[in-house]
Amino acid sequence: MIEVINLTKRYGPTVAVDNVSFDAKSGEVLGFLGPNGAGKTTTMRILTCYLSADEGTAKVDGYDVFEDSVEVRKRIGYLPESAPLYTDMGVIDYLKFIAQVRDIPKSQRSQRIKDVVDICGLEKMVQKDVGELSKGYRQRLGLAQSLIHDPPILVLDEPTSGLDPNQIIEIRNLIREIGKEKMVIFSTHILSEVSATCSRILIINDGEIVANGTPDELAGRARGEEVVHISIRGSREEIEAKLEELSLVSDFKRVKSDDDACAYQIVSQKGQNTAEELFHFVVQNHWSLTELRQEAISLEDVFLKLTGNESATQPTDV
Amino acid sequence: MNNIAAIFKKEFRSYFNSPIAYIFITFFLALSAWFFFRGFFLVGQAVMRGFFTWVPWIFLLFIPAVTMKLWAEEKKIGTVEILMTLPIKDYEVVIGKYLASFCLLGVTILLSLSIPITVAYLGEPDGGTILGGYIGLCLMGGAYLAIGMFASTITENQIVAFILGIVMCFGLLIIGEDIVLFNAPNWIVPIFSYLGLGAHFSSILRGVIDSRDLIYYFSVIGFFLYLSVLMITVQKWR
Repeated sequence: MIEVINLTKRYGPTVAVDNVSFDAKSGEVLGFLGPNGAGKTTTMRILTCYLSADEGTAKVDGYDVFEDSVEVRKRIGYLPESAPLYTDMGVIDYLKFIAQVRDIPKSQRSQRIKDVVDICGLEKMVQKDVGELSKGYRQRLGLAQSLIHDPPILVLDEPTSGLDPNQIIEIRNLIREIGKEKMVIFSTHILSEVSATCSRILIINDGEIVANGTPDELAGRARGEEVVHISIRGSREEIEAKLEELSLVSDFKRVKSDDDACAYQIVSQKGQNTAEELFHFVVQNHWSLTELRQEAISLEDVFLKLTGNESATQPTDV
Repeated sequence: MNNIAAIFKKEFRSYFNSPIAYIFITFFLALSAWFFFRGFFLVGQAVMRGFFTWVPWIFLLFIPAVTMKLWAEEKKIGTVEILMTLPIKDYEVVIGKYLASFCLLGVTILLSLSIPITVAYLGEPDGGTILGGYIGLCLMGGAYLAIGMFASTITENQIVAFILGIVMCFGLLIIGEDIVLFNAPNWIVPIFSYLGLGAHFSSILRGVIDSRDLIYYFSVIGFFLYLSVLMITVQKWR
């Protein structure tokens, strides 16, 4: 359904999307995950023909986003970030306008509008102007306009931002429901959201895809590793030099260091008794061990590791 | 056609859903009537020449105010992102928006017919020159609208779009004025006097509708609409 090949987009000297390739099929819910400014929105804008890429191609249903842009747009329903709407229009007028441009036959328009109003829970708001709606209802109206022509592909840029927890759950259920028959691509930086709704996750960082797989695969990838938190009293340079040499350590990172002790997070392959080995390692070097504990690893760790966001050890969640 | 109609309807309603249309119509009618009747009774002749010389200058301030929001506002609040991802061609949006602003102008010009009606009641004006003058107003206003809309595609700030619109319209208006032509190098004079918006207007005002003047106005409108489409397309490559 969607085929993206070597897409690159630059804004001046900054590369927003760097050589991104992926594909997606009908019946998939694809989650774009990544920190702010990672290139999620830019990728979506290229797919929806709002921006043109500098290099590479993207095909939707076999139609090229540059050459057959109108055909592509017919097949996509798009909700941009923060749901921009005409505030001086009535809710129904707005949906009528979209329905007309979306070429829905006149006889079916009012039925389609009724359908999307039902789906998005906008019944109470139909008499109002868009400008009177709260953030959550605007988001719903934005979703309604993207669904009105029953598109085979739905692209949603942070659809749950600004919603209350109940609404978030509703929208997630809706996405899952729609994703059974259609393709949904949505972006978020809320981790529990992707594991709750997606059949596949793409983690994007600095414009590059750093991971692509099902939530289980990604978590499994993480489970292949062990993380041990260790705190050692000794000279920092010496400890780090010795750690570098240690073959069982695949990666380590200093969490804290002061006069008393240096604390590290040590990543190693699973099944090597890392904690025990590290204990012996400390003893052999005649340092003292002040702390040693095994850490649980989750999707959040995968995300943090891949996106290199070291300061955010406590990712914010819903 | 369907798309152009949808855009037209949305934009035209939006003028009347917001105060813009009412303010525009009221102030235009008040100002033009005041400028006209101020001199009308002094001269004591049933001619509308005064009206037609003033209106291009009133348009200069008012028309960029009508067009400034057409693109700048969409870009500012981000609705352009939904608009330009609808299955609709760039030129259809441009034409739809242009026609909506033109119809607002049309309504205003129609309402200003109270002036010739008054003149006809008080005396016996030359119907031909008045008709010519009104056709000229539509053409001139149409050209201003196209320029103003182009100014709006350049920026996302409405004030900038407004001022740019005035500057561009003013530039095209005065290059045909005598004061510029006297000071311009000789070789450029025929070009300037051809390009000036005002010169063509005054020849229409004489009651002669020459195909050259029509072609001129349609080219200006076409050129700036084309530039607008180009600008919208180019912005996808930002």
